[in-house]
Amino acid sequence: MNQIPALIRVFAYLSILTVGGGMAAFPEMKILTVDVHHWLDYHELIHMYSIGQLAPGPNMMMIVSIGDWAGGILGAIVVLVAFFGPTAILALVVGRAWNKLEKWPWRLSIQQGLAPVSIGLLLAGTLSMAKGSVTGWTTGGIAMGVLLTMLWRKVNPAFLVLAGAVAGVIAFMPK
Amino acid sequence: MSDENASLANEQALVAAARAKTTVFDIFLQFLIIGATSFGGVVPYLRNSLVSKLHWVDDKEFVELLSISQSLPGLNATNMAVLLGDRLKGWMGAVAGVVGMCLPGAIIMLLAGIVYKVRGDHDLVTFALKGVAAAAAGLLLATVIQLGKKSLSHQFDLAFVLVTVLLVNRLHVSVPRTLIFVGIAAILFHYPRKTAKAGANQ
Repeated sequence: MNQIPALIRVFAYLSILTVGGGMAAFPEMKILTVDVHHWLDYHELIHMYSIGQLAPGPNMMMIVSIGDWAGGILGAIVVLVAFFGPTAILALVVGRAWNKLEKWPWRLSIQQGLAPVSIGLLLAGTLSMAKGSVTGWTTGGIAMGVLLTMLWRKVNPAFLVLAGAVAGVIAFMPK
Repeated sequence: MSDENASLANEQALVAAARAKTTVFDIFLQFLIIGATSFGGVVPYLRNSLVSKLHWVDDKEFVELLSISQSLPGLNATNMAVLLGDRLKGWMGAVAGVVGMCLPGAIIMLLAGIVYKVRGDHDLVTFALKGVAAAAAGLLLATVIQLGKKSLSHQFDLAFVLVTVLLVNRLHVSVPRTLIFVGIAAILFHYPRKTAKAGANQ
């Protein structure tokens, strides 16, 4: 069955949900890509998101893998355009209107009001992702170790993700 | 003070000179390099390259663009590519910036997806991925805490955060609905009262 129209619809929709970061769209992404369209399962989604943390550039690039699995190379391209196109156009328009918007008194209200909502969406995405990835003492320990290291000092997050991979192999490898 | 002014003027001259020489292809190339090397978050790499090395924007404009990109939907990395590219060379610069930024990561994840389908069930890969996914969860939580410290301006904001999480994760209200209802409530809570406050303070 041709998945291209569905890929365009889903990822264009997810695009506008990424308020405050890509992770804000994660709960809805899980529902649409896993439960509704069955392009991949929940564990594959978590795995691809996690692998994406090791890749350079924007951090939601695992959408390309979903597009490829569901619709081949065309699916991958279509997903990229659908996910980044709408917000790119919005950024272009708002960026140009910014000088006028800057003096608008409600601008600060919108910024201050959207901050807690976008953090809430980010936290919701984080929890929905953690539910699948923190499943016991070992994974809980790894997550906690990364969290504390990040809060304690400035480390490149990619190193911590790599350290997580090493810790996973050491901890789960049958002795 | 005059020193500061001189260095500011100097900075502006550097930026003007650098911008005059820049082509759309330069923008594509520089964002391609950043897109290929920015491990663990794009913004520091952008600043280092575009502000410190290339002088395409000064620090003040960079921070301003960052605050625009953070208050819009879309990822910081691509919003910044669009905003910076547009300031440099109009919409063609924006397209060059965003394509360059996305291309390396997209190709890497395309290949990673193909390899995962073939080798993803290998024991060693499964163990590593369990660790990676747990690390990613810890990383996200750290981001939430850091962002919360930086951008929440009122104690009551915590309530908006909790209501949002509750609606999305517990009550399974769709994200757009949550965004509209809680968003409007929070914006009204932060209604513009600056002038009244300033008056009261004086």
